[in-house]
Amino acid sequence: MTTSTGTGRPTRRALRLRVDWTACEGRGMCIELLPELLDTDPWGYPRARDGSGDPEVPVQLAEHARRAVDACPRLALRLHRS
Amino acid sequence: MTNALWYLGRGTGLVGLVLLTLVVALGIATRSGRRLPGLPRFAVGALHRNASLLAVTLLAVHVTTLLFDPFAQLKLVDLVVPFQGAYRPFWLGLGTLGLDLIAALVLTSLVRQRLGVRAWRAVHWLAYAAWPVALLHSLGTGTDVGMTWMQLTAAGCTLVVVAAIGWRYSPSFARTGGWRTTAPVPAPAIGRTQPSPSGPDGDRTYQSSGPAGRTYQPPGPVGGSRAQERS
Amino acid sequence: MPSMTGSRPAAAVQPPVPHPSARLVGAAAGNLAEHRARSGPIPWRGGPGQLVALVERAGLSGRGGAGFPTWRKLTAVASGSRPVVVANAAEGEPASAKDATLLTRAPHLVLDGLQLAAEAVDAADVYLYVKAGPAEASARRALAERRREGWDRYRVRVHQAPPGFISGEESAVISSLEGRPALPRFKERLVVESGVRGRPTLVQNVETLAHVALLARYGHSWFRQAGTPAEPGTFLATISGAVHAPGVVEAPYGLTLRDLLDAAGGPSTPLSAVLVGGYHGAWLPAEAGLDAPYSREGLAPWAATPGAGVVIALPAGTCGLGFSARIAGYLAGQSARQCGPCVNGLPAMADVLTRLARGRRDPSLVPAVQRLTGLVSRRGVCHHPDGTARMVTSALRVFEADVRAHLSGTCLAAPIGKAV
Repeated sequence: MTTSTGTGRPTRRALRLRVDWTACEGRGMCIELLPELLDTDPWGYPRARDGSGDPEVPVQLAEHARRAVDACPRLALRLHRS
Repeated sequence: MTNALWYLGRGTGLVGLVLLTLVVALGIATRSGRRLPGLPRFAVGALHRNASLLAVTLLAVHVTTLLFDPFAQLKLVDLVVPFQGAYRPFWLGLGTLGLDLIAALVLTSLVRQRLGVRAWRAVHWLAYAAWPVALLHSLGTGTDVGMTWMQLTAAGCTLVVVAAIGWRYSPSFARTGGWRTTAPVPAPAIGRTQPSPSGPDGDRTYQSSGPAGRTYQPPGPVGGSRAQERS
Repeated sequence: MPSMTGSRPAAAVQPPVPHPSARLVGAAAGNLAEHRARSGPIPWRGGPGQLVALVERAGLSGRGGAGFPTWRKLTAVASGSRPVVVANAAEGEPASAKDATLLTRAPHLVLDGLQLAAEAVDAADVYLYVKAGPAEASARRALAERRREGWDRYRVRVHQAPPGFISGEESAVISSLEGRPALPRFKERLVVESGVRGRPTLVQNVETLAHVALLARYGHSWFRQAGTPAEPGTFLATISGAVHAPGVVEAPYGLTLRDLLDAAGGPSTPLSAVLVGGYHGAWLPAEAGLDAPYSREGLAPWAATPGAGVVIALPAGTCGLGFSARIAGYLAGQSARQCGPCVNGLPAMADVLTRLARGRRDPSLVPAVQRLTGLVSRRGVCHHPDGTARMVTSALRVFEADVRAHLSGTCLAAPIGKAV
């Protein structure tokens, strides 16, 4: 999310969701918790709907993303600002 | 009053055992990555966690009431150090052991993001030890063991756990991937001649003494989805 | 003695033969005595960080495939504590022989560059990561010589790289040095910040280090005499396939692909296409592509990059689809098998491409391949699936006519079905 406040303050960096693919086993909990962002590929692994490797998480989904990160049984998800 | 404490202690112990049985079954269900009727996968996982927290709460009540119950003769140290109790020390000690194991399971799960998945998993295997310890403790210290309803409950819990573990280690447990892999093919070479050995100095080119037309063997048997390869 | 007056050593050793393309080749030496006579002693800079400005002005970028500016890596690692420096000679690409050749023909050049890089970052540990074979043997002999003469200041440990395509990937190198399997891993932080056991790590291709060894002696202006302003210097290319003299050649950036093939004797038959950048590279059609300058800028219109200088010339009688399918199958087998999309997607992609190459008349094969290339890209812990997807995508584009022919049951190059 990048917002311009119009007051000359710097915009916030976007929150991005990263997958540790060596840990991911395609359990699919994140896909259920973030259906707006993620889809499933033919083998059960999460795929970003926007086609990117680390999709941007809009501010209204940030809490859901945190929940997905917490729910992953393989601890394969990370959230970071870039 | 002491009777009330004793009943509360026994009651919470029994319900705690039933809940622990549910937690084990739900843990295996979570590991399977499958949905349950009416529950998406993340909800199965959440139910497993919530049931375990509920079990811990009941355990806390169980232990606290028995601390105040004179019949149980529990001292604070008996909560952590097993087999030192006055009343049926061995069977009580199993309860202490169970408590310690469950504490380890829950505490590591609360900090697992910081612990990392490998350390967390290593500790979580103790769940398979915690449940039988809890069962034996209830059979050994429980004063209702002679009653049919107690025996039925214990038998029912045992059945559920054995069935769950049996499913866990059956071949149908793993999900298989959709695509099959092909047999790997060696590195192709299109009539590449073995380059001749070193030319004179001042030459613009190196003649490679390196490999030409190597074949590569795959590192291991080619499998399907990764889900099959993890235990 | 290290020179105090700029970049030339006190006893002015002449730069190697004036031919702009023969720098590394010209400085090759069979033993340390010959190396000293030809190139002089190591031009120690006199302290950490001194080399960086020189490398920056020279515009040297990595020769391992990624082409990252070397001075930036040096700077990042030098600012950390107890850094590790690794010379990467793993050379997993089967069609590449330049690193092995460099280590067998000019090991002292590489090792000089390694010493200079170690000095530049004040390394605590220095490694040479190399596969078993003649290159390793040559490097060990050279290191033994240098130890006897007291030539090196930093002790170099030789670490054997396991065989396979992926063992040269940066994080795989780190894992191997930590005693674990040489498999790529998830990068929480950049390797230059946190690599071997959490310490800042510089992983540099051996050819890059060889260039460092020369430009430290002869300066950045000399270095820039070859190549283009944006991509200065020379590079080593491994040219194979339908050329008269396959092997490793040295050339300046910017020369045309045609001239590069001529350096390897020129095409031995009419060509159908050229694979530029190795198995993770891209195809260029034989007619139009040969005029492309071999540089980032020149190859960009073809969705190709110079990579590690691997060029394969495909003769007109070989089916490009079949060849690409075999490469895809090999790459699928070389997956580290850690990431779901790769371990599932690459074999599926190879499978579909093979069916197309064998003449299966199913028009849905093409969209199937395209869908798979999209599915595997950017979904892994390394770029193995992305590189494979790039090669396959370029094959479908450059061999479009062959695709149409195959779907109609014929092959433009060879009898259908015999290709794979």
